[in-house]
Amino acid sequence: MHAVIDKAQLSPNVTRLVIEAPCIAEIRKPGQFVIVHRAPGAERIPLTIADADADRGTITLVIQAVGKSTEDLVALRPGDTIADVAGPLGKATELIDHGRAVCVGGGVGTAVVHPIALGLAARGVEVISVIGGRSKEWVIFEDELRRAGEVITCTDDGSYGRHGFVTDALRDVIEAGGVDAVYAVGPVPMMRAVAEVTRPYGVPTFASLNAIMLDGTGMCGGCRVAVGGKTLYACVDGPEFDAHQVDFRELADRLGTYREFEAHATEVAHRRRAAAQEDAADAVGGTCLIPGLATTTERQEAAAAAGDRRE
Amino acid sequence: MTDQPTLASTPETGDPGASHGDSAFTPAFDHPLSPKERMTIDRSGMPEQDALLRAANFREVNLGYSQQLAMLEAERCLQCRNPVCIDGCPVRVNIPLFIERLRVGDMDGAAASLLDDNALPCVTGRVCPQEIQCEARCVRAKKGASVAIGSLERFVADWAMANPDRSKSAAATSSGRTVAVVGSGPAGLTAAGELVKKGHDVTVFEAFHAAGGVLIYGIPEFRLPKDIVQQEVDRLKASGVKIETNAIIGRTYTLRELRERFDAVFLAVGAGLPVFMNVPGENYKGVYSANEYLTRVNLMGAWNPESDTPVLKGHRVVVVGGGNVAVDSVRTAKRLGADEATIVYRRGKAELPARAEEVHHAEQEGIRFELQVAPLEVIGDENRWVSGIRCIRMELGEPDGSGRRRPIPIEGSEFVIDCEMVVVAIGTRSNPLLTASEPDLALNQAGYIVTDEHGMSSLPGVFAGGDIVRGAATVILAMGDGKRAAGSVDAWLRGEYPPVDEAFATVSAASTGH
Ligand SMILES: Cc1cc2nc3c(=O)[nH]c(=O)nc-3n(C[C@H](O)[C@H](O)[C@H](O)COP(=O)(O)OP(=O)(O)OC[C@H]3O[C@@H](n4cnc5c(N)ncnc54)[C@H](O)[C@@H]3O)c2cc1C
Ligand SMILES: Cc1cc2nc3c(=O)[nH]c(=O)nc-3n(C[C@H](O)[C@H](O)[C@H](O)COP(=O)(O)OP(=O)(O)OC[C@H]3O[C@@H](n4cnc5c(N)ncnc54)[C@H](O)[C@@H]3O)c2cc1C
Ligand code: SF4
Ligand code: FES
Repeated sequence: MHAVIDKAQLSPNVTRLVIEAPCIAEIRKPGQFVIVHRAPGAERIPLTIADADADRGTITLVIQAVGKSTEDLVALRPGDTIADVAGPLGKATELIDHGRAVCVGGGVGTAVVHPIALGLAARGVEVISVIGGRSKEWVIFEDELRRAGEVITCTDDGSYGRHGFVTDALRDVIEAGGVDAVYAVGPVPMMRAVAEVTRPYGVPTFASLNAIMLDGTGMCGGCRVAVGGKTLYACVDGPEFDAHQVDFRELADRLGTYREFEAHATEVAHRRRAAAQEDAADAVGGTCLIPGLATTTERQEAAAAAGDRRE
Repeated sequence: MTDQPTLASTPETGDPGASHGDSAFTPAFDHPLSPKERMTIDRSGMPEQDALLRAANFREVNLGYSQQLAMLEAERCLQCRNPVCIDGCPVRVNIPLFIERLRVGDMDGAAASLLDDNALPCVTGRVCPQEIQCEARCVRAKKGASVAIGSLERFVADWAMANPDRSKSAAATSSGRTVAVVGSGPAGLTAAGELVKKGHDVTVFEAFHAAGGVLIYGIPEFRLPKDIVQQEVDRLKASGVKIETNAIIGRTYTLRELRERFDAVFLAVGAGLPVFMNVPGENYKGVYSANEYLTRVNLMGAWNPESDTPVLKGHRVVVVGGGNVAVDSVRTAKRLGADEATIVYRRGKAELPARAEEVHHAEQEGIRFELQVAPLEVIGDENRWVSGIRCIRMELGEPDGSGRRRPIPIEGSEFVIDCEMVVVAIGTRSNPLLTASEPDLALNQAGYIVTDEHGMSSLPGVFAGGDIVRGAATVILAMGDGKRAAGSVDAWLRGEYPPVDEAFATVSAASTGH
C-alpha cells in the first residue's frame, strides 16, 4: 500500500501526485518509471518517476488524465492509497556529461523530461528546455525546469511565450549551434517531428516511448517497438531509444490497439460517475471486439456466460 | 463386468469439497477384496462439465471425484510390493501409501502422507502430466487402465484443503537464520514452505502484484482455480513466510543486496521471456505472445467485462504451438467467444507436448487442430490489424535430436487461415533482468542458471531451481527443485554443505510435459 501524500492540479488535465514509495525513491534514476496498479481490478499502467525525495521516501508522479485508469488515479486524494507500485523500471537515461543539451517536452512529457533536465544540469551540462502546450493554462513544469537552465515556452495559440510548436523553437536553437544532444518526451507526433528536425543536423536524439505495457519486466512482449529494424522491448531495452531509428508509425499504430475498449471504458466510467446510483447492468461491456466486426447476440451471451463463474 | 464385487454404496458424481463428513469415509466394499477382484473394477472417469457449456465459461472443467468414486477407485490399487508408479513420480510421492489410507477411510493419514511428499498436491493433482509419469508406470496400465492416481491425489488434497486444521504441522523453533526466495512460482513456494518448517525466517520476493507465478498468471481458471493457488499462498503466509510483492530483483533490489541482507538466497524466477516466431507481420495489432494473452485474462481478470484491463476478442483466433501454453491459450480464446479457435502445430498429434487430457478436452470443446503446419507470415489489413496467417504444410522426416520426427516443409502447400488474432505460444526463454545483473552468476549458453547437483549456483549461498535452471519444464519438477534446494539451503546454513542425505538429489530430469 502506498499512501498519497500530496496532490496538485497543474493544468486542466495534468495532476501531480506525491506518493509513498521509499525503496524506489532511494534508487531511481532519471528516465525510469513505475508500474502502478491502483487497486484489485484496475489496470497496471506505466508512469514516469518525475521526481523523488529519498529522505521523505516519496516519488512524484505527474499524470495526464486521458482515460479510465489515469482518471481514477487523479481522483485520489491525500490519505488515499494505491495498492501496488513496482519499480524503478526501464533503463536510466543516457545522460551526456558535458556540452549543451536540449530537453523537449510536450504536454505531460514536460514533467517526464524534468528529471532528465535536472540530471543533466547536475553533471554540468548546459540545459535548454523547450516546452509547449495548447495555451497558457496547459503549460506545466516551467518553474521546475528553470532550475536546470533556460526555458523556452511555446503555445499553439500564442497566448503565452513563443507562438508556435516546440519544433520551430528547437530548430532555432540547433541553428544557433553547439547542441550535443536532444531529449524528447511527449505525444508520438511531437517526438516524430523532433526526430525529423534533428536528423539533418546529425544531433543525437533520444525519445521516450510510451508503448502499451503490462508487466514492465520483459515477460509479455506487449511493449515491443521497432528500432533500427529490430524488435525491442520498451520496458527493458528503453523506454528511451535513438529517435532517428524508431519506427514511430508502428508505435502510433500499436497504441491504437485498445481504442474501442478505452473509449467504452471511459464512457462507462463517466456515466457511472455522473449517475452513481444508476442501474449497473448497462455498464457491463467493454468487449473490445476487433474493429469492423459485428457484435452478434450470441457473442454477447457467451461473454456474459464467461463472466458468470463461481467466485 | 459380471463378476464385479458388490458395493457398499452406489457411486455417484458430485462435488468433493461438499461432502467431507468424517463418518462417511468407509471402504467401498464391506469385505476386503482379493487382487483378482480389484482387477475387475473399471477405472472411474473424472466427472466434468459438459463440453458445450464449459466452452463458454471459465469454471473448472473437471469437477473432481465424489467420495464414492474416490473410495471405489482406491480399491483398484493392487498395493504392489514393488510400486513402480513411485519411480515415475519426479518427487517420489508414496502413491500406494496414500491410496491405501484413503481406501480404508483414514483421511487424516492419507492427507498427512501426501502432504509430506508433495507441498502443493491440489495443484499437481490437476496439472501434472500423469499419463507420462506415475500412471504410465502403473502395472494396471499393462492390462487396461492405470489407477487414476492424479484424480485420487486431487481428491485427498482437496479434502486436506477443506479441513486445514486436520493437517497442520507443528511450528518449528526459530533458527535465527534468514533466507530470501526470489519468485513465487511452484519452485519458490515449495522452497519457502520447506524452509519455514525448518525454522528459518523466509521472505519471498515477487515481481508481480500477486504470488503464484505461472499458477496464477499462466494456467487458466478452468484448469486450476485461482482460489486454490491463493489458499496455498495464504497457508504459507500463516506458517510465517513473508511475501513481498512488486519486488523485482535486478531493479527494486539487486541480488547483491539480497546476499548482504540474507544468509542464503534461492532463485526461482522461471523462464518468463516470450519467444516470437520471427516472421513478417508479427507486430500487427492482434498478435499476442501467450504470456501477454494469458496474463491479461488470468492475472488481470480480463475475462471479466468489469475488469479495467482489456483483451482483444477475435471471431477467429489462431494459436501457434502445441504445448500446454498453446492449448490453454486456444481454449481461453474459445471461452472469450471465438467461433473458430485453431491450433497450428508443426508436428503431428502424437507429438503434441500438451497433457493428453487437455488435448482431449480441447477437441471436445470444438478446437480445430491444424497439424503438421508451420506459420510463414502474419497478414494484416490496411489498418495493420491481423487478417490472416499464411502457413505451409509439413511432412515428418527422420527423428531429430529430441527423438521426434523432424517436420519438413512440403513445397507448394502454402495456404492462408483467415483470422483476426494470432497468439504465439512456441516457448519461453530465460529473462536476463536478474541473471544479467550479476556477472559472477554462471549461466549456460541459453542463459539458464548453472547449479551443482545440490542446487547451488556459482555464487556461494545462492541456490536456484525450477524453470530458470531447467528451461520451461513442469510444475512438479519445479517443486522437486524447491524441496531439494530447501534441504541444501538448510545444510548450508548449518555449515554442513554439501548435504549428506538428500532424497531429492535424484529429481528426475526425464519426462516433462513440454
Ligand atoms: C514508460 C512510460 C512512461 C509513461 N509516463 C507517463 C507519465 O509520467 N504521465 C502520464 O500521464 N502518462 C505516462 N505514460 C502514459 C500512460 O501510461 C498512459 O497514458 C495510461 O496508461 C493511459 O491509461 P488510461 O486508462 O488512463 O487511458 P486509456 O483510455 O486506456 O488510453 C489512452 C492512451 O494511453 C495508451 N495506453 C493505454 N494503456 C496503456 C498502458 N498500459 N501502457 C501505456 N500506454 C497505454 C493508449 O494507447 C491510448 O493512446 C507513460 C507511458 C510509458 C510507456
Ligand atoms: C500457460 C502454461 C500452462 C502450463 N501448464 C502446465 C501443466 O499443465 N502442467 C505442468 O506440469 N506444467 C505446466 N506449465 C509449466 C509450469 O507452469 C512451469 O514449469 C512452472 O510454473 C515453473 O515453476 P517456477 O517456480 O520455476 O517458475 P514460475 O512459475 O515461472 O514462477 C516464477 C516467478 O518468479 C517471478 N519473477 C521473475 N523474475 C523475477 C525477478 N527478477 N524478481 C522477482 N520475481 C521474479 C515471476 O513473476 C513468477 O511469479 C505451464 C506453463 C504455462 C505458462
Ligand atoms: S503401480 Fe498402480 S497398482 Fe501398483 S501401487 Fe502404484 S498405483 Fe497401485
Ligand atoms: S511490458 Fe511486458 S515486456 Fe515490456
